[in-house]
Amino acid sequence: MQQIINFIFRNKILLLYLFLLSICLAFTIQSHSYHQSKFFNSANWFTGGIYKTSNSISSYFNLKKENQKLVDENIRLRSILINKEYNLEIPIDTSKFNIANEDYTIISARIIKNSYSNLDNYITINKGSNDGITQDMGVITPDGILGIVENTSKKFSRIQSILNRRSNLNAKIKNTNNFGSLIWNAKDYGIVQLMDIPKRVPIKVGDTILTGAASSIFPENIPIGTIKNFDLDVSNSSYKIDILLFNDMSNVKNVYIINNMHRKAIEQLESEDPNGQ
Amino acid sequence: MDSNSYFINTIRFIVLVLAQVLICNKIGYLGFINPMIYILFLYWYPIKQNRAFFILISFLLGFTIDIFSDTLAFHTAATLTIAYLRPTIMRFCFGVNYEFQSFKLSSVPRIQQITYLALLILVHHTVFFILEVFSFANFLLILKKVLMVSLASLVLCILFSSLFSVKKE
Repeated sequence: MQQIINFIFRNKILLLYLFLLSICLAFTIQSHSYHQSKFFNSANWFTGGIYKTSNSISSYFNLKKENQKLVDENIRLRSILINKEYNLEIPIDTSKFNIANEDYTIISARIIKNSYSNLDNYITINKGSNDGITQDMGVITPDGILGIVENTSKKFSRIQSILNRRSNLNAKIKNTNNFGSLIWNAKDYGIVQLMDIPKRVPIKVGDTILTGAASSIFPENIPIGTIKNFDLDVSNSSYKIDILLFNDMSNVKNVYIINNMHRKAIEQLESEDPNGQ
Repeated sequence: MDSNSYFINTIRFIVLVLAQVLICNKIGYLGFINPMIYILFLYWYPIKQNRAFFILISFLLGFTIDIFSDTLAFHTAATLTIAYLRPTIMRFCFGVNYEFQSFKLSSVPRIQQITYLALLILVHHTVFFILEVFSFANFLLILKKVLMVSLASLVLCILFSSLFSVKKE
C-alpha cells in the first residue's frame, strides 16, 4: 500500500497528464464517429457571443461586395419571376403563395465564424433555436449549397459545411436523373467530389451539378457546381467526378436556412419502411 | 508566482486566445495554413512553477481554443503534450542550466530560444495533425501539414515574441 501511494506521488505529473490525455482521446474518438457534444462547440452562448462581437466589426469591411451579391441575386430572381408572368398563359395564382401550403420555409442568417482550411469544417451562424432553426436543416447561399445544421443553441447554430469529411449529400447531374453522393476529399476547399455516377451516363467537363431529389434536407435543383474533371474509380464501373463549387467557400456571409415542412413525415415514412434507408 | 505574474499570464491567456481564434484561424494561406500562435503562452510561462498547475492551465488553454474552432480535443491533446514535455525539451535546449534559480529565458542566446520554440511547435503540430487526420493512410498529408504549418507558426511566433519580448532585467 505504502509503495502504491509512493508510486502515485512520484509519478503524479505523469498520471495527471495521462488522465487528461485520455479525456482528450475519448473526445477525439467520439467526435470522429458521432455528432459532437451539445455544449462544447462554437455555437454556445460564450463563443458565439465573442464571434458575434468580432463579426459586427469586421462585417463592415465587405458591405459593398455583399450588397452587390444580394442585388445580383435579386436581379436573377426578378428576371425569372417577370419572364414567367409574361410567358405563361395561365397567370400566377397568388393563392399559391399562401404560407400554410408551402413545402419549404426559408430563414435568413449571417455567418459569424467560417472555416474552410481544416479537414472537418464547421460554420457558425447568428440564428438559433429561438429563430426556429433545428437540426438537419439545409443551408444555402445565393450561389449554391453550403451545408447542414448540426447543433443549435438558443441564439446560434453550427453548420456542418460540405467541406467536412463526414458530409455526404445527394447530388445529380443537371437534366439527368442519375444521382450520386457528394463528398469532400479534404484536399482543396474549392473542389468537392461526386461519387457513384454510373459509367454509362454521358458527362462532360462543364456540366452543372444540382442537389438531387433523394434528400429530405434540400429541395431539388439547388446549384452546387460544375464538373472540373472526371475519372473512373477503382472498380471501373462508376465515375469519380471533381466538382468546382459555385460558392467561394472562403468568402460567404449571408445564408438561407431551408426548412422542409414535410421532413418529419418523410423521415417517419422512411423509418417505417423496412426496405428504406 | 506573485500577483503581478498572475496578472500578466491571465492577460496573455486572453489575448493569445483571441488573437488565435479571431485572426490566425482565418488566415488560411494556401488554403490550409493557419499558424498557431497560442503556443507562445507555454513558451513564455514561468519555469519555476508547480508543474501540475501548468498542465491544468495548458489543458484549459487548449480546450478554449478547441471550443472556438470546433476541433474538439485536438488542440487540447497537443497542448497538453507539450506542457508535459516542456522540461525535457528545455533540458535538451539549454542543458542543465535551466534548473538554476537565476535562469532567465531572455538571457540565453537567440538561437537556443528559437530551437526551444521550434521544438515546442513541432511536437504540438505533430500531435495535432495526427489526431486531426486520424489515419496513417494519409501519412504524407500529415507530414505536409506538420512541416508547412510548423514553419508558418514558427515565423509568426518569432515575430510576436520579439514584438512583445519579456523585458531584460
